[in-house]
Amino acid sequence: MPDVRLVNVTKRFGKIVAVDNVSLHIKDKEYFSILGPSGCGKTTLLRLIAGLIEPDEGEIYIGDRLVNDVPPEDRDIGFVFQTFALFPHMNAWENVTYGPRVKGFDVKKAERIGHEVLEMVRLHERLDAFPHELSGGMMQRIAVARALAAGAKLLLLDEPLGHLDAKVRNELRYEIRRMAKDLELTAIHVTHDQSEAMAISDRIAVMKKGKVLQVGTPQELYMNPKSIFVAHFIGGANFLEGFIADVTDKTATIELRGGLKIQAVNKGLNKGERVVLAVRPEVFTIKRGERRGTNSISGVVERIAFEGTNLRYEVRLENQDLIVVVTPSLSCEWFNMGEKITVSFQPENAHLFAYPEVGMREELAVE
Amino acid sequence: MPRKFVEKLDKLSSKSAVKYGVYLTAVVLFFALILVPPILGIVIKWETMQEIFGNSELLTRALNAVSNSFVVAVAVSALDVAAGIPMAWLIARSRSRWANVLDTLADVPFIVPTAVLGYSLLLFWYNPKTVSEIFWGSLVSPGIFLVALLHFTFSYPVVVRVIVGALLDYKIEYEQAARTLGAPPFTTARTVTLGIIKPSLIAAFILAFARSISETGATMMVAGAFENGPIFIQNTKDTYVGATVFVSLTLIVISCLIFAMVRVLGGRLKLPIKGAWPTIERKISYSKAVSARNSVTLFIFFVIVLVPSLFAALPAFEALFTDIFPKALSSAYPWDSYWQSLVLSYSLGATVTFLNILIGLPMAIIVARKRLGSLSPILNTLIDIPIIVPSVALGVSLRFFWKETVAFISEDWLLIFAHLAITYPYFVRSMAAAIERISLELEEASRTLGAKPLCVFRTIVFPLTKYSMFSGAIMVFTRSVSETGATLAVAQRKTAPVVLVEWVKGKVAVSPLEIGLGCGFLILISFIILLTLRLIVRGKGRY
Repeated sequence: MPDVRLVNVTKRFGKIVAVDNVSLHIKDKEYFSILGPSGCGKTTLLRLIAGLIEPDEGEIYIGDRLVNDVPPEDRDIGFVFQTFALFPHMNAWENVTYGPRVKGFDVKKAERIGHEVLEMVRLHERLDAFPHELSGGMMQRIAVARALAAGAKLLLLDEPLGHLDAKVRNELRYEIRRMAKDLELTAIHVTHDQSEAMAISDRIAVMKKGKVLQVGTPQELYMNPKSIFVAHFIGGANFLEGFIADVTDKTATIELRGGLKIQAVNKGLNKGERVVLAVRPEVFTIKRGERRGTNSISGVVERIAFEGTNLRYEVRLENQDLIVVVTPSLSCEWFNMGEKITVSFQPENAHLFAYPEVGMREELAVE
Repeated sequence: MPRKFVEKLDKLSSKSAVKYGVYLTAVVLFFALILVPPILGIVIKWETMQEIFGNSELLTRALNAVSNSFVVAVAVSALDVAAGIPMAWLIARSRSRWANVLDTLADVPFIVPTAVLGYSLLLFWYNPKTVSEIFWGSLVSPGIFLVALLHFTFSYPVVVRVIVGALLDYKIEYEQAARTLGAPPFTTARTVTLGIIKPSLIAAFILAFARSISETGATMMVAGAFENGPIFIQNTKDTYVGATVFVSLTLIVISCLIFAMVRVLGGRLKLPIKGAWPTIERKISYSKAVSARNSVTLFIFFVIVLVPSLFAALPAFEALFTDIFPKALSSAYPWDSYWQSLVLSYSLGATVTFLNILIGLPMAIIVARKRLGSLSPILNTLIDIPIIVPSVALGVSLRFFWKETVAFISEDWLLIFAHLAITYPYFVRSMAAAIERISLELEEASRTLGAKPLCVFRTIVFPLTKYSMFSGAIMVFTRSVSETGATLAVAQRKTAPVVLVEWVKGKVAVSPLEIGLGCGFLILISFIILLTLRLIVRGKGRY
């Protein structure tokens, strides 16, 4: 059944390497997301799988079949476009039954499929409507229905929710996942929205500049990012720069700016090396006043934002670094602007990385 | 322009009286100069038509001529669209560098004045001494087939241009969606692409049709004894006024009916998108079938369109090395009238272009921005009428109208009015389309930043549309220089194509080499215009 394998796939556009030697294995019936900032090559990767463009190097397998030379119409895929690409001169019914018709199914079968998929997206009563008469959410559901009607077992979604309002987007993402799971499809979903990817994916591949940086379940990516960029892009983090002052068996002592010393779990870095410590905003605890303890740093609240579920503090640390701390707004004490506080975190909740060769600005750049 | 003066104008333009004054003037001029005279001209000669109903021989001849016109026009336009689609596809979709060259070459027959085109085709297909020699004599004799070939050739570039434009504007995602749903390329093109660009296909058909019904000069060259509407009018306009009025009116009425039908039925006409024939369509979708199709397309383009269009350049080249060339430059007989006609043609073209910008631009804004409320869509339809009126009929009618109303009107004015009426729709259409492409938000932004209406036009609309205006102007100019039918109908003075027609028709004793050279000069000037256009448009013209 349709697992998808990419082996050393490269695609260039002129001098730009859009997809750079990517290998991936997407399992059968998996809901897989490709996540990355715009221009990272994620859409190119999806179009390579669909056969809308051809790779310069490498092999693409759908199931056991090498599909490099197979045109898109013979790959048995369903593709949902960001702009939906519903045919403007056909109504919903004609759009949905287009696949079965051009594949030469007999009329009865084509109609049965049409009714089934429209039923599935709950738009049966709108089958006469033309695309311009439908709302964004409806167009999106018709687009999914059309992709499914062709009988594909592999569903490719290119930013399928990108053109929708926030509210509709949040509802539809779960609906698409549910449909893919009900129909036992393999789904590959391209998005730049990390919360969308986290919410619906079995696994996620994070891409940047044509390369796949890390593949894993949402939990793995969040708990154990392999790079500064992944830590930044998934969940977000404060980055504290320093060097390793001391190393013991499992712990590294890091000296930050202004001589502050912090403990972190060592990952094979050596004494004297320049490092970056990533600490997520939500792992800090805040206490009033100046206090001493492991990984406790004093500072001053510079700015507060109430975000509903959370409170977001910007804290100026004693060494002048600025960090962001997020605490649940209901279960925590509130602090005031200008108040002296102490933030602390558990060493195992921070992630230690070697300082990137390209510099922090370049490492974190999303454009 | 002095700055203070411009500022004053800007200020004036924000007064609604001034604004609507300008729009109203444009509308009044449109009615007074372009729309009403050609229609009224026929109406006032209504009674003369009795003469034809008493003369059954003349009536049969007239009806034959009219039916010939429509048979040729329908057949040629359909063939043009059919041949234009694969060519446009090749130009719009091919990633090869040659597609660009092809793109430029496809414009060539459009820019060559039609009279030259007519002579060129006559040489290529008929003259026993040139290409036809290889085939033991003449390939195609003057007559209906050569007329059809000619009309096919001069409409081909227009049709290709319209379809290329439609293909470039079209969202490629529709095609990709169809491919991912299992449709091979041919099925995709048939069911999705052509369905979506159908309005452009209809527009292309209408343009080709209108040109075929109207064209006179070149058609006269290649027609032989064959008679269609315009040639009939040309032959009878001095002897049987009634017959001329009758044929003009019939051409206008039937043209209008056909356009109305195409507009109404075209919208409903479903291209065959319901069924699908997977096995056959797969076969014609891939490499071998595609290269076969491309070969046929290129063959048609080069052998039927391009080479015959430029064939008159051969004798022109030959003439350069004989004593004809110095004779032509010294403007000895018959070259004196040739040079005079050239001056007349180009100054007429320039005048008409200028007038078009003056009265056409406000109209384009009215139509594109719906400045006159519910009147705008009505104007939008009326603008096209001069396109569908055959140009000879238009010329005849204009002459009647102006001679009856302003008896002392000079021929020069008649020429200008006739050419203005013929070119006006082209200019307004292309400008309106260009203005529509500018997002209204840009204009609104400019207004909120404090710009007066004229200032918005000067600083936003004009810079963004000046290349369209330029190409619209070139189109008007070229069309005016090529125009023969209406020119013959309204004036005794001879423009360049009229002189060439007379030469080819043997009314003036000239040698083939001289005709060739006469055509050659026109081709040369046309090429200079085409190259200038290309150079300028290639600049920062695209936003």
